[in-house]
Amino acid sequence: MLNRLSPLALVAALVVATPASAADYAIDTKGAHASINFRVNHLGFSWLTGRFDTFGGTFSYDASAPEASKVSVEIDTNSVNSNHAERDKHLRNADFLDVSKFPKATFVSKSIEPAGDGKAKIVGDFTLRDVTKEITIDAEFVGAGSDPWGGERAGFKGTTTLALADYGITFDLGPAGKEVYLDLHVEGVKQ
Amino acid sequence: MLMRDTTAGYGLVSRLFHWITALVIFGLFGLGVWMVGLGYYDPYYTTAPHWHKSVGMLLAFALVARFVWRVVNVKPSDDGIAPLERILARVAHWSFYVLLFAIVVTGYLMSTADGRPIHIFDWFAIPSPGTNPGLESTAGAVHVWLSYAVMALAAVHTLAALKHHFYDRKPSLTRMWSGPPQV
Repeated sequence: MLNRLSPLALVAALVVATPASAADYAIDTKGAHASINFRVNHLGFSWLTGRFDTFGGTFSYDASAPEASKVSVEIDTNSVNSNHAERDKHLRNADFLDVSKFPKATFVSKSIEPAGDGKAKIVGDFTLRDVTKEITIDAEFVGAGSDPWGGERAGFKGTTTLALADYGITFDLGPAGKEVYLDLHVEGVKQ
Repeated sequence: MLMRDTTAGYGLVSRLFHWITALVIFGLFGLGVWMVGLGYYDPYYTTAPHWHKSVGMLLAFALVARFVWRVVNVKPSDDGIAPLERILARVAHWSFYVLLFAIVVTGYLMSTADGRPIHIFDWFAIPSPGTNPGLESTAGAVHVWLSYAVMALAAVHTLAALKHHFYDRKPSLTRMWSGPPQV
């Protein structure tokens, strides 16, 4: 009896003994458990917030070696949504995103420096209006594990700041409106 | 003073419609071109579009009234105009209605695509037909191109009127300005 079971036991032992390795995750845009939000200061008085409704991407994540993680995101610039049609129309034109000429914005990570306590700095290339700049996203691990429906998920949040002029957006929104702050929430489903 | 049109010429109502809507249309075109170039800190950045939308929606009502008036009145005679030019004139006149209605409709859809109403000078509001995400950009592009088209058509219309008046010696200008001769 023991003999007959042993090959199976060996396989089981091997699976358990294998160290956790990097897994690939697809950002859950289907279930909309991810969002790319932005905010710009309005005249120095308040924060105007908006988001990009359409984007997609993947990341790989290994809890035991977070520095080996990778992330790549593509944003449909036409999907800008600030909850105001006339403003969104203006944001899509040449003064801002110029979406007919530049329909995509992308982020591709180059290196990840863990900062302990689930935090990390994600350095990568961000491309907007055909201008590519190296940016750093301050990221934080939120949680990971099995979801109630048979899948596995991992989620992060992150923030970064972009100077609009760096990407050729020079429409004057005033001294308080020269930068856009991105608030990112990403949940991935293990592939 | 004749209110209604006769076969001899245009009554007062038609002439007022013609010149007032013409003036408003040119004004809205200029205002539109000017306002989209305003900087964020310009004092007219929010008021100019508010006026443009308010006057534009009032123009829509005036155009409907003008169209109804046009249909219920006799058409002044265009005898003496060459047959081809008569056809071209009809095409041009109907094109004005089609273009102008399309311009006010796209303007309305652009500003109401997110469900917000259009406020007419803070007197009253025209509600949105419903949310249409992304429609504002398409409607906006059509609005701009048709506005340039209607300006081009107005130039053709003016040249044609001048031609009929001075070259063909038909009273096309006096007919639209001072109406039919009193009988």
